[in-house]
Amino acid sequence: MSFLSIDKAGKRYGAMVALDDVSLEVASGSRTAIVGPSGSGKTTLLRLIAGFEGPDAGRIALNGTVLADGPAIVPAHRRGIGFVTQDGALFPHLTIADNIGFGLERGATGRDDRIRALMRTVDLDPRLLERRPHQLSGGQQQRVALARALARQPKLMLLDEPFSALDTGLREATRKAVAALLQEAGVTTILVTHDQTEALSFADQVAVLREGRLVQAGAPHDLYRRPRDRETALFLGEAILLKGQAGVGWVDCVLGRLAAGTHGQRGDIELMLRPEQVKFTPSADEAAQGCFASVVDVEFGGALRAVTVQLADGNRLRISGTGLDLPPTGTRVRLSVAGPAHVFEA
Amino acid sequence: MSSSSSQPEIGSLRVSSPGFTGRDAVALAAVLVSLVALLPLGFVVFITAQTGWQTVYELVVRPRVGELLVNTVLLEAVTIPIAIVLAVALAWLTERSDLPGARLWSWLAVAPLGVPAFVHSYAWISLVPGMRGLWSGVLVSIMAYLPFLYLPVAAQMRRLDPALEDVAASLGQSPSRVFFRVILPQLRLAICGGSLLVGLHLLAEYGLYAMIEFDTFSTAIVDQFQSAYNGPAANMLAGVLVLACLVLLGLENRLRGQERYARVGSGAARPAARARLGRGTLVWLALPLGLALLSLGVPLLTLARWLYLGGAAAWSSDDIGSALGQTLGLALLGGAATTLAALPMAWLSVRAPGRLQKVLEACHYYVGSLPGVVVALALVTITVRVALPLYQTMTTLLLAYGLMFLPRAVVGLRASLAQAPVELERAAMALGRPPLKAIWQVTMRLSAPGVAASMALVALGITTELTATLMLAPNGTVTLSTRFWSLTNDIDYVAAAPFALLMVLLSLPLTLLLHYQSRRSIGQ
Repeated sequence: MSFLSIDKAGKRYGAMVALDDVSLEVASGSRTAIVGPSGSGKTTLLRLIAGFEGPDAGRIALNGTVLADGPAIVPAHRRGIGFVTQDGALFPHLTIADNIGFGLERGATGRDDRIRALMRTVDLDPRLLERRPHQLSGGQQQRVALARALARQPKLMLLDEPFSALDTGLREATRKAVAALLQEAGVTTILVTHDQTEALSFADQVAVLREGRLVQAGAPHDLYRRPRDRETALFLGEAILLKGQAGVGWVDCVLGRLAAGTHGQRGDIELMLRPEQVKFTPSADEAAQGCFASVVDVEFGGALRAVTVQLADGNRLRISGTGLDLPPTGTRVRLSVAGPAHVFEA
Repeated sequence: MSSSSSQPEIGSLRVSSPGFTGRDAVALAAVLVSLVALLPLGFVVFITAQTGWQTVYELVVRPRVGELLVNTVLLEAVTIPIAIVLAVALAWLTERSDLPGARLWSWLAVAPLGVPAFVHSYAWISLVPGMRGLWSGVLVSIMAYLPFLYLPVAAQMRRLDPALEDVAASLGQSPSRVFFRVILPQLRLAICGGSLLVGLHLLAEYGLYAMIEFDTFSTAIVDQFQSAYNGPAANMLAGVLVLACLVLLGLENRLRGQERYARVGSGAARPAARARLGRGTLVWLALPLGLALLSLGVPLLTLARWLYLGGAAAWSSDDIGSALGQTLGLALLGGAATTLAALPMAWLSVRAPGRLQKVLEACHYYVGSLPGVVVALALVTITVRVALPLYQTMTTLLLAYGLMFLPRAVVGLRASLAQAPVELERAAMALGRPPLKAIWQVTMRLSAPGVAASMALVALGITTELTATLMLAPNGTVTLSTRFWSLTNDIDYVAAAPFALLMVLLSLPLTLLLHYQSRRSIGQ
C-alpha cells in the first residue's frame, strides 16, 4: 500500500550531516507534511525525493520503481514528480500561458485547451494568461506554479513551503484550496513546512525532522497528543510539562492523580498535558477536595487568552486557550484535567 | 499676496523667491554639459547640410564606401556570434561547473581588458607577420573584447535562481533543454548589452585594424584625415560611421525586448549546484586554457621576447620618461575634469529623476557610443572654423577625452551617490548650510570613493587612448600610446615594447580591481 518509500536515506554536505538514516512511508493518495525547524533537513529530504540531488546512502522507491539507490539516481526530469517552491519560481521570461505549458510538448494538440482548463482548476482568470509573472500577486503566482506542476499529471506532488510567502489570511485560504484541489485530482502530496499548525491541519501524516533525523511520524492528532519527547511536544504546540510518579495506568503529580498510559514505567517520570486539557473554575470553598491554585497573571489577546496560575508548591502553569472567563489576579481557582496525561517513553 | 509686493519679511528672515534653487543650478550645469556632448552629432548634421546633397551623394555612394561597409558588416557579423558562444561557454564553466580553478579562470578571462586592443594586434603581428584581413581581425578582436561579453554574462549567471532550473527538471526537461529553455533566455539582456559594447568597439577601434591592414570606417577616416585634414570625404565617412552606430544601438534596443528578467518572488536564492564535468573535465579545460593562452599568453610572450631582445638599451631612451609623465598628466587632468563634468548629471539622476533627467542622461550617454575618431574630427573642424586659437591645444584634447569617457564617469558616480542618504543632505541644510554647500560638504564627501573610482576609470581610458590623441594632440605631445604607435609604424617592435609594457602595467591593476568589485557587489 506504500506508494513512496524512503529507506535509511542519508546525505551530508562536507562535514555537515543533513540527513541521517531517515525512513518514511507515504500511502497512495495521502497528504504527508514534513515539519521541522530550519536546518532540520526537511528541504534536503524533499530535494532527494524530487531527484535534484542523490542520497549518499539509502533507497528511495516510488510505486515499486527504485528512484535512488545510494548515489545512483533517476534524474529529476525522468521522475514525473511535481514540484512547487516557496516563491513559485515562475519563469520570468515567459508569459503565464507559457509557464503553465512549459512541461507540455510544444505543438501538441489541445495544448491551449489544457492550459485554460488548468487555469480554471486553480481558480484563475484566463485573462491573466498573456501576463508576465511579475504582474501577478504572490497568491496568483503560487496558483500558476501549481497549475504548471499539475499540467504533467504527476504521480506525486512536492510542495516546498509554498504558502510561507503569503499573507496570513491568504495563506489559510490558499492552503485549503490547494488541499481540496489535490484531493480531487487524487495526487499524493508531500508538504514541507516549518509551521506546525500548517502541518497539522494539512496532512494525514506528519513527519517531524530534527537535526537530520526523523523523530516521529504519524497521524496529526497522535503526534500532538502523544509526542515522543519534550522537544517534539513543544515544537507541535504549547505544552505543560510536569514531574510525576508513575503507577499502572496513572500518574501522580501536582495536579493530583491523572489517567495516563505509562508504557510499563514506574517511579519518576516526566509527563505532558496540552493547555486545553486543563480547566479551571473559581472556587472560594477552602474545604473542598482537589487541586487549587491562584491566578497570578492574565494575558488577553482577543479570542485567545492565557491565564497563569500558581500552585501551592510554587509551580506556575500557563493555561492558554479560548474562553470567556477572565478571572482577576488573586482569584482562587480549582483545576481539573480532561483526558489522559501523556508520559514520554524512556 | 501680489507678485509686485516687496519681499515679505518674517522676523529677520527673508523669504527668498522660489525661482532659482540649488537643484536648478545643478540642472543648468547638466544641461550645459549635455549641449557640449551634442557637439559631435551637431557637427555631422551641420557638415552634411553644408556640403550639399549632391556632394554628399557622390562621397557616400561610391565603391570605396561600399567596400568599407562590407568589411564592417562582416567583421560585426562574424565576431559577435563567435564571441557570444565563447562568452556563454566560458561563463558557464567558471560559474556553474566544477571546473578546477574556476576562480582563476574567471580572473584570466577578464585580464585581457588590461591589454590595449592595438597592443593585442602588435603582439599577433609580430608573432605571425603575415596576418591580414577579415579573419585576423576577427581573431584579434575576440581576444581583445571578449571580456566585455564575459563580464555581464558571468554576472547574470551568478544571479540566476537555481530554483527555476529545478522546476524545469521536475517538468521533464533534460539538462540540455533546461540550458536552452531556461538559462539562455535569462541571459538575453546580458548578451545584448555585452554584444552592443563589443559591436561599438569594433566600429570605433582604429589601431587594432590599422596594424593588420584591415580597412574599416575608422581606419579610412584616420587615413583621409592624415592626408587631407578635415576634407569632406573624411567628414562624410564619419557621417556613415555615426549611422552605423545608431543602427547598432537600435538593433540592440529591438532585440533586448521588454521582458523583465529579474527574479520573481522574495527570499534569498540558494546557491546553485555546480554541474559535474566528470571525465569531460580535461576537454572542457581546453577552452579557458586556450583563450588565456591566446589572449594573455600571446601578448605577454611577445612583449617578453621584444623586451629581452631590446635588453636594457631599449629603456634608455629619454622618450619613455617623458611619454610616461605626459600620459599620467593627461590621465589625471582628464580624469578630474571629466568627473567634475559628470557630477551634475549623476546627482540629478539620483536625487531628481524625471523627464528632464532622462533626456539629459541620454545626451550624456550617447557620446560614449560615438567612435573617438568622430569626436576628434568634430573637434578639429569646430576649432579650425570657430575657435582657431583652441586648435591643437591641451584644452581641445581634454575636451575630447571628456566627451568620450563621460558615460563611464556618470556610471561610477551615480552608484556611490545613491548610497549617500538624502537625509544627511537635508540635515546639513537644517544646520544652516546653503543647498549647494550642503551637497558639496556632505554628499560629495560621502561619495569620495565613487569619485575616485570614476576618475580612475576615465584615467584608464585616457592612458590607452590612441585615435583621438593622434588626431588632436598639440605638436610635441608624446604619450605612451602615440609613441608606441609611431615606433610600430616604423616596424621598430623592440623599441615599442617598453611603451606597451607600461600601458599594460598601468591598466591591469585597475582592470582586476573592477572585476573584484563586480564580484563583491553581489556578495562573492
